[in-house]
Amino acid sequence: MTKTDALFHYCLRLGDDAVILGHRLAELCSRGPFLEEDLALTNIALDYTGRAELFFQYAAELEGKGHSADDLVYRRPERRYYNHLLCERPNVDFGHTIVRQFLFSVYDRYLLEELGAAKDTRLAEIAVKALKETRYHLSHAADWMVRLGRGTEESHRRVQQALNDLWTYTGELFEMDDVDLLLLEHGIAADLHTLRALWQAEVKQTLDRAGLQRPADGYMQTGSRKGIHSEHLGHLLAEMQYLVRTYPQAAW
Amino acid sequence: MDTQLDLWEVFVQSKPGQPYKHAGSVHASDKLMALQNARDVYTRRGEASGLWVVRAADIVASNLADHDMFFDPANDKIYRHPTFYQVPEGAKNI
Repeated sequence: MTKTDALFHYCLRLGDDAVILGHRLAELCSRGPFLEEDLALTNIALDYTGRAELFFQYAAELEGKGHSADDLVYRRPERRYYNHLLCERPNVDFGHTIVRQFLFSVYDRYLLEELGAAKDTRLAEIAVKALKETRYHLSHAADWMVRLGRGTEESHRRVQQALNDLWTYTGELFEMDDVDLLLLEHGIAADLHTLRALWQAEVKQTLDRAGLQRPADGYMQTGSRKGIHSEHLGHLLAEMQYLVRTYPQAAW
Repeated sequence: MDTQLDLWEVFVQSKPGQPYKHAGSVHASDKLMALQNARDVYTRRGEASGLWVVRAADIVASNLADHDMFFDPANDKIYRHPTFYQVPEGAKNI
């Protein structure tokens, strides 16, 4: 594997996390709990769409096979998607939506901080731009964790349930493979082992503030680094890719 | 009946140094949520350099029924209006 191959995969993963989580949030358009929160969630969805485009454009150039960013999003099968399993989890209820957003945004914030100093100008520029948005995503999600955790009996029960349900998908966020290790040597990738400690400390801090129990680290789900996903991604892609698959010549 | 949390009024400043102007309202249960909602509803296309949110219940407003008592007396006393002064040519900032 060359450095360019590795960087292509790295950008693809970053783009996949953004496009899949963005799609999940976009599913809530017109279905938010109230108008203002509906706009907040779809705003965040649009932030992800924007950065996904930047990651995929760069990935497409690195790949050098004449693919466009759209090709990578709309014509790639499930087994060649590398988003974390956490990002494809369904919305379920507002508690799950917020917990997913919170757990991911803490990770994303430290990741983008690291990548902002990457020895690859293009990647670093995207990271710096995305970090501003992610700081907002995180403060939005963390505030809701506290509100729900310290809200009513039902909101507390639901947000704790969501936390228990999603915890098993958090181990995967810190897995490193050949792609990470090769780029790490070049000062490009983030060291996820260092990141893990920062993530755990910040998550714990917010959970304490919200009066929520941190679940125990039991069995952790894995697979996305190899393109192995839960049953949910196929359904998501079927909807997202429907138009292009049905009308391959469609232009917009 | 409005059942969507508390009502907050939103004031947007378009540029640093400009006055804050009333833009509309949002629903929110606390200060932070009010500010975030105002940001998402009123400033998504770069319209703002500053935001104020004020709980609608905390605003003291004049009453329509008091309109005559409050505002009418000013109208028939033309000497209250500074319209009799000649503005010297070239004077600025008057």
